[in-house]
Amino acid sequence: MYVELRHIHKSFDAVRAARDVSFGVDKGALAALLGPSGSGKTTILRMIAGLQNPDYGDILIDGLRVNDMPPSRRGIGFVFQNYALFRYMTVFDNIAFGLEVRKIPRAAVRDRVSELLALIGLEGFERRYPAQLSGGQKQRVAFARALAPNPSLLLLDEPFAAVDAKVRRELRLWLREMVGRLGVTSIFVTHDQDEAVEAADTIIVTNQGVVEQLGRPAELYKDPATPFVAGFIGDSTPLDDVTALKGFEGEAAPGAVRPEFIRILPPGEVGQYPNCLEEAVVEGILFRGAWLEVRLAVGGISLPARYPLEDPPLTVGDAVRVMIYRLYAFVGERVILRQNAGLRGMNSDYAYSI
Amino acid sequence: MASRLALGMGPNPSQASSPESPPHQGGVGAISGMKAGVSDHKGSSDEECGRSLPFRPGEAAPRRERGARGNPWVNGPLIAVSLAFILIMLIAPLAVVLVEAFSAGVSVYLDAVSDEYALRALVLTLKAASLAIAVNTLFGLTAAWAVTRYAFKGKSLLITVIDIPFSVSPVIAGLIFILTFGRMSWLHPWLDAFGISIVFDTPGIILATIFVTMPFVARELIPTLEARGTDEEQAAALMGAGFLTIFRRVTLPHIRWALIYGVILCSARALGEFGAVSVVSGRLRGKTNTLPLHVEILYNEYKFTAAFAVASLLATAALFILAARVAVEWRSRRAGGEDSGHVR
Ligand SMILES: Nc1ncnc2c1ncn2[C@@H]1O[C@H](COP(=O)(O)OP(=O)(O)O)[C@@H](O)[C@H]1O
Ligand SMILES: [Mg+2]
Repeated sequence: MYVELRHIHKSFDAVRAARDVSFGVDKGALAALLGPSGSGKTTILRMIAGLQNPDYGDILIDGLRVNDMPPSRRGIGFVFQNYALFRYMTVFDNIAFGLEVRKIPRAAVRDRVSELLALIGLEGFERRYPAQLSGGQKQRVAFARALAPNPSLLLLDEPFAAVDAKVRRELRLWLREMVGRLGVTSIFVTHDQDEAVEAADTIIVTNQGVVEQLGRPAELYKDPATPFVAGFIGDSTPLDDVTALKGFEGEAAPGAVRPEFIRILPPGEVGQYPNCLEEAVVEGILFRGAWLEVRLAVGGISLPARYPLEDPPLTVGDAVRVMIYRLYAFVGERVILRQNAGLRGMNSDYAYSI
Repeated sequence: MASRLALGMGPNPSQASSPESPPHQGGVGAISGMKAGVSDHKGSSDEECGRSLPFRPGEAAPRRERGARGNPWVNGPLIAVSLAFILIMLIAPLAVVLVEAFSAGVSVYLDAVSDEYALRALVLTLKAASLAIAVNTLFGLTAAWAVTRYAFKGKSLLITVIDIPFSVSPVIAGLIFILTFGRMSWLHPWLDAFGISIVFDTPGIILATIFVTMPFVARELIPTLEARGTDEEQAAALMGAGFLTIFRRVTLPHIRWALIYGVILCSARALGEFGAVSVVSGRLRGKTNTLPLHVEILYNEYKFTAAFAVASLLATAALFILAARVAVEWRSRRAGGEDSGHVR
């Protein structure tokens, strides 16, 4: 564990921004703090940096308790939301700043800045001011500025939020590659699950100041630990009562279902398990590139499902039969994956492969 | 509102309200308005920050164009009325001062200006003004820093208190000092014992000048600092920069023009202050007379030419200050256009 938080609490007046937050990030890992807006991600990041102090709890960096250590001594590079580049300094001076305050000789500063400019692919931009850069370029300069003094921990607050969607995707792959190449332990904050899934090794899901779950992206996806995670990750649709759906009769419980748990039988296909098929009506069809997103009315419930482009075409208003293979049922704070009863005895691998 | 529009040329019109139109809650309102602005675009990029802020000088241009396309039958008379008003109220009096000053010839003018009492008044005025500028620059920086960088109890009270000199009549301000340090005050015996005299002496004049010019710098700086947020300073601190480095390299470049502008307004008022200084001065000729007081004395003694000659010194200073102000406004607007990322 390079960074460790132990039972951190932080309140702003009545708002409890962090409640008993505990987690660790391994050396060299790229971790994402993922959660909806206001869930306490920024507060956690700022406490690690020392820009805010926890009310209770310990923060350890490299095995050392840093609660009382000033931010500048924690060996941290911080990329602010909106970058906070020094707007009256050139790109060169921005990147050089952290080195200059350390009284590093000028020649060494110049070498280091050139090296970083090459790393971020902005050679020749030394004399520009931040206002003369695009969003993506600013992001890279902020990244270089944070990296200049060779921090052992890099913290990034919503690093991609202020750039447009296309650049964002490019940048997160770039960040992933860069962090991998430099081997610096990094934690970034995001509210976008795609961003977290695509860039991070480990995701820490926060909600209302609480850490809901920590794990690899695939783990969070397959085994959500709490109803919140089950609902937040993936395009989940909440269900008031899962027993309203065919094949899930039994103890009533709220739950959630994902589009990929549902299969629409092409018109004309009989289906092998007629007693676990739901009758549905096509409410809407959206072209999503590789597949169609079909909105279904199943009983009184509206569910999104996917439909392959190769299958016989559907139109709005069609009556179709659908198979719901599985769904999540929430029992208290636990999440239980329930299989369709009609499939019992069937090869469960088959169910997963759909 | 009217004063905002009238002074719309300034980098911060709401802050530039003249003492003649006491801004009441204006300062506080403007500050909290800025606050709302800041939190609004917390999530937007730098450029957007600059654009969405109120009173951005660059915005004036498109508005003026739209006006110019309006009805010429309305525009013509409006422009004529404004010009006539400016001519009668501002330019004519200034011209009269200069004409009267030289009406008896250049040598009389020079005599009047180099008169011993006039020179002493000039020295005293410069002394009081430079001290007021120095003190209020320091105070303005400190207060603006405290108000915008820290959360503390009584913060909004402090913001209100800073404005008191603008809302109190200068004569009352002078009286405050007489009551605090004069013969009636319980401080007086104590001050007397140490041989300190404040009222009817130079210290009183300096104190009164400091008092009436106190808000200028702070009121220019507070909205500027407020609008800018603390991220850059935090970033610098996180990299290990000390207070002075942060101030010099990160904060100062941003507030430079606001600071200069505040100092200019402060100087103008310090040189010209009459009311408060008049009350504490006691008008001991050659001792506690400032230039504006000296002008009045000469005038009351029917030495009109001399009065106008001395007044012309103040008028000239005012013109220079005006020129400096225009230059700063022009420069800060240009800076605002160039590095668009910031407020002005
Ligand atoms: N400086 C502050 N003062 C008061 N409340 C704050 C402050 N910072 C954050 N909060 C509150 O704490 C909660 C968590 O905020 P934050 O950590 O910024 O969330 P996130 O980054 O996940 O959007 C929010 O309700 C927010 O309003
Ligand atoms: Mg945040």
